[in-house]
Amino acid sequence: MRSIISFFLIFFFAVNIAHSSGYTIGDKAADFKLKNIDQKLVSLSNYPDAKGFVVIFTCNGCPYAQAYQDRIVEIDKKYKSKGYPVIAINPNDPAIAPDDSFDKMVSVAKKKGFTFPYLVDEKQEVYKNYGATRTPHVYVLQKKGSDLVVQYIGAIDDNYQDATKVTSPFLANALDALIAGSRPEPSTTKAIGCGIKDKNKK
Amino acid sequence: MLGQPLNPQVPDMKNIRVLNFDQFEPSLHLKNDTIYLVNFWATWCAPCIAELPAIKAVEKKYSDKKFKVLLVSLDLPGQLKSRLIPFVRSNKITSDVVLLDDPNQNRWIDQVDKNWSGEIPYTVIYGKDFRDSYTHSFSYKTLDSIINRKIKLP
Repeated sequence: MRSIISFFLIFFFAVNIAHSSGYTIGDKAADFKLKNIDQKLVSLSNYPDAKGFVVIFTCNGCPYAQAYQDRIVEIDKKYKSKGYPVIAINPNDPAIAPDDSFDKMVSVAKKKGFTFPYLVDEKQEVYKNYGATRTPHVYVLQKKGSDLVVQYIGAIDDNYQDATKVTSPFLANALDALIAGSRPEPSTTKAIGCGIKDKNKK
Repeated sequence: MLGQPLNPQVPDMKNIRVLNFDQFEPSLHLKNDTIYLVNFWATWCAPCIAELPAIKAVEKKYSDKKFKVLLVSLDLPGQLKSRLIPFVRSNKITSDVVLLDDPNQNRWIDQVDKNWSGEIPYTVIYGKDFRDSYTHSFSYKTLDSIINRKIKLP
């Protein structure tokens, strides 16, 4: 009997862990150390003066990611000076998404004039830790003491097709709220984009 | 060259209708004797493309039954001519295909299914008295057994 109970307990916890993977609002995010397109390693601890971060999981090949490249540059230009720089991370496995190779990251960043680090999640651990599922998938982190608190998760805005027709710029609104000392509303939206390419998934 | 058929060898391809969510939504709630499979996909989505042959084969198997497939593409509308139409032609897809042109996915995803993250492939199989959703790629065997079971319902 006891073994049956412990079996169910183990099963229950396993299911629980599977569901609790990834961050929700208010969680403390972990720092990382990932290779940038200039071959240098980047960590969030490299930015002692930042008030927080706009961590965006994105890539080269997904049409949604491409549609947002210019908008991500605009967000970085506007909010870096206010303390919230963009940190872009490519979570895809180039073995199954050849467009998302490191070499192509370098050329996309150059062509689109990226003003922010574009890091590669080579071990595909960071995206899992954050719970990202799409590209692009945004996590806004706010520094509180030595913690990085997750304050917004989701989409950049409500119109991936046309930046001029956006009615709710979710990410910019969230950042404006944090800068003004209030909480983002909404604090979560559905990230819109392609699935993350990982051969160990599904 | 004017007026010459594009490619006489491809089977009849129905026009791909471009719809916003409000125009498309009735296709999720038809009430008659037919069983509908509504599959959300895109040409850039590898697991979606992987399951298309299974959907095509099942559609063919039950072509004399009251079973209908609707493929709802989430390709960018700007890529209709450059990507979607060539893909549908070269893969000889004869199912109904619509391009869902409604960028506010945060609005309409919940109207399809509150529990759906928006990730594709995503499939709704429904009839007048049931409705099931699936968030994984189908194998032929799995899909065939689901449709077979549904069609046998009284």
